[in-house]
Amino acid sequence: MTDTMQTSASIEGIYRSESRRVFATLVRLLGDFDLAEEGLQEAFKAAIEQWPRDGIPAQPVAWLVSAGRFKAIDTIRRRARFTAYEDVAEIVDEMADEAPAPDLSEHLEDDRLRLIFTCCHPSLAPDAQIALTLREVCGLSTEEIAHAFLTPAPTLAQRIVRAKAKIRDARIPYQVPERDELAVRLHSVLRVIYLVFNEGYSASSGASLTRHDLSQEAIRLARLLLELLPEPDVAGLLALMLLHESRRGARSTADGDLVPLDEQDRSLWNAQYIVEGSALVGRAFSSGRIGAYTLQAAISAVHAQAASTDATDWRQIVGLYDALLRLEPTPVIELNRAVAVAMHQGPQAGLALVEALIAGGQLQNYHLAYAAQADFHRRLGHVEEARAAYGKALALTQQEPEQRFLSRRLAALPQ
Amino acid sequence: MNYLCLVYLAPDQLHACPDNVCFAFGQELRESGHYVAAQALKPVESATTVRIRNGQMSLTDGPFAETKEQLAGFYLIDAKDLNEAIHWASKIPPARFGSIEVRPVRELELTGLPSMSATV
Repeated sequence: MTDTMQTSASIEGIYRSESRRVFATLVRLLGDFDLAEEGLQEAFKAAIEQWPRDGIPAQPVAWLVSAGRFKAIDTIRRRARFTAYEDVAEIVDEMADEAPAPDLSEHLEDDRLRLIFTCCHPSLAPDAQIALTLREVCGLSTEEIAHAFLTPAPTLAQRIVRAKAKIRDARIPYQVPERDELAVRLHSVLRVIYLVFNEGYSASSGASLTRHDLSQEAIRLARLLLELLPEPDVAGLLALMLLHESRRGARSTADGDLVPLDEQDRSLWNAQYIVEGSALVGRAFSSGRIGAYTLQAAISAVHAQAASTDATDWRQIVGLYDALLRLEPTPVIELNRAVAVAMHQGPQAGLALVEALIAGGQLQNYHLAYAAQADFHRRLGHVEEARAAYGKALALTQQEPEQRFLSRRLAALPQ
Repeated sequence: MNYLCLVYLAPDQLHACPDNVCFAFGQELRESGHYVAAQALKPVESATTVRIRNGQMSLTDGPFAETKEQLAGFYLIDAKDLNEAIHWASKIPPARFGSIEVRPVRELELTGLPSMSATV
């Protein structure tokens, strides 16, 4: 390999690993997403021209930040000729005079954290938070995000443009919130990461590669966040995603059919993810501040540590659901608890809980409530009741793999 | 930057928050240096809407739009960014009964007006 080839390979590597970091710092220095993006592209263009000739600088990231900033200031100056000069000249002079930040390397990580919090600001619509985070923090293209969320690209592009306009016009700050507001704001950040993960996770069977990438992207983002902000909730969410992701290989057959937990080949579970996820659960629990993500992760960890469904500590899982219900009293969590109770105390106990829930009215259109009801009837040998409940579940689900799974169960009932 | 915090309340909640509580908050806002202006409003039944169409003025009884919640008052605050504005908006006492819409104030673009050319 020639030196030039080696250099361009290095530049490519630096682009992959550092460009979003450089971008985040440029957003702070320039206060504008579009200018920062332009500056980033210009900085790499300059690197491609200069580095093969002059060699790679000792601190490539610092070099790129300062090149990007100067290019952006040039752009502002050029534009200034077409607008009222005095307004802009002042801003540009301020920027140019500002001494280069001496603690640049320390700032870099803070800048990424600031960028995450800005993109997930709760005053932006949830869809906009997701799109903006994937675009600006992760560097996914608008087309990639549109594809993954099955949204037309122009709609998504517009959503991003509107969000950026709101950040500018309402002056959404580019900062990590103060301690007293951190809990509320962190909640949106974690929710966005989890939504990205779920999009890649629940659509995994038979879906395109991009969606699997979304789960990986969410995990990467959570790892970064945990490194920058070691809060127990962040550890809990990362643990939850790792433990869920660990089962990916066992959750569906080669044909894309769904394999339920009790039928999964546990040797296919990703042991490394399980070790890492379980350790994170322990870390979050030892903090004493135990949030909903951590409890869900703990449930997942109990499953991960068992050799089979029968060997699972269902009593502990029911206990964890009780704790979760105190934090988030939702019917879906009650349903999940009912399933655990059925495993612990038998299908009759589970059935009573699920039927009470359905009668309560909140889960009347939720296919998994009927799927659970059907399963309990099936295990109790109530063939007719099981058939009726499978029918209701089938009528309510849109997802093909779930439909196939329910149809299989329905067909397997004794005539 | 100025932000207008619009206080919306359902009609039966208009007096849910005692005046002296609102007054105390106004004092706190003044002392913090974020106060620009604030006022509570009479119910929408007292409103008159003014329109000019084809050069003719028309007056209508009532508010511009009927909504479930009505505009009950406002605070104009000076904050450095949206987070600071939200921080103060969250302390507006009626936030516990209705909702507070926070809107950044737009500066009018006055280039081209004769009075501006004198200052350049």
